[in-house]
Amino acid sequence: MIELSHYLVLGALLFSIGVAGIFMNRKNAIVLLMSIELILLSVNINFIGFSHFLGDLAGQVFVFFVLTVAAAEAAIGLAILVVVFRNRSTINVGDLDSMKG
Amino acid sequence: MQLIIFYVFAAVLLFAGAMVVSSRNPVHAAMFLVLAFFNGAALWLLAEAEFLGVALVLVYVGAVMVLFLFVVMMLDINVSSMRQGFARYLPIGIAVAAVMVLEMILVLGSDQINVVAATAGGETAVGSNIRAIGSVLYTVYLYPFELAAMILLLAIIAAILLTHRRRGGTKHQDPTAQAKVRAEDRVRLVQMQAVQRRQPSNNEAGAKE
Repeated sequence: MIELSHYLVLGALLFSIGVAGIFMNRKNAIVLLMSIELILLSVNINFIGFSHFLGDLAGQVFVFFVLTVAAAEAAIGLAILVVVFRNRSTINVGDLDSMKG
Repeated sequence: MQLIIFYVFAAVLLFAGAMVVSSRNPVHAAMFLVLAFFNGAALWLLAEAEFLGVALVLVYVGAVMVLFLFVVMMLDINVSSMRQGFARYLPIGIAVAAVMVLEMILVLGSDQINVVAATAGGETAVGSNIRAIGSVLYTVYLYPFELAAMILLLAIIAAILLTHRRRGGTKHQDPTAQAKVRAEDRVRLVQMQAVQRRQPSNNEAGAKE
């Protein structure tokens, strides 16, 4: 029988894969966005697991909102990437240093 | 049986996630992300969240990942320069991930969390999952629901506004100017004197030639 901790451990593993992806692919902005999607998926898995095992629908509604915001974030992020590529003809994060951050 | 299915889907999900962050080609990374979303949706179906499982496939695989693939293929990315820091940051990435996994598993281990008792017979057993979510979403969470709609509208406007490019030299209509035009701008009435001029006869015209 599946327990709640299965879902939580799976979420933790996927979350850390996403964080490691952000560390490793810090040059490539598109893979950074994909890592963020992985992290959001892991968070959603946690929400679904809690919602299922506590018998509370609030978790699923929250996942719905997280999906909405994540879709909006992906759309705007990719639009920003397209504009950056058009102006600088690169999406290497290391080259985008005009603000000397 | 459910546990075996869970483990299979979870293993494929983790494999796909690892391939997303480690694959050389961004197109392959996007494809593995699609695989990860499919397996995530299957896990959600296993947890009786049918609506969200289907929504994940529809929204993410159908829309967001297509957008990702579109952008990945539209931008001409130099893959080799992107991979420069990969080997350098690999150890620190794995170290951070391992520390986080260890901490979370220590906290989330089955000894500490015992909510298995609440699993049988929940709210979801009454009707379908979609009916249950709908009955909550349009009553208790109506205001956040409308806010989510506003966020999506904002995303649409922002994405169009960011990527819209005005090119010079294109021919297009200007509706504002069309609506603002007045009759005086188009038709100019000229006052002329009505003078009867003598018509040149045919003989004269032939003589000139």
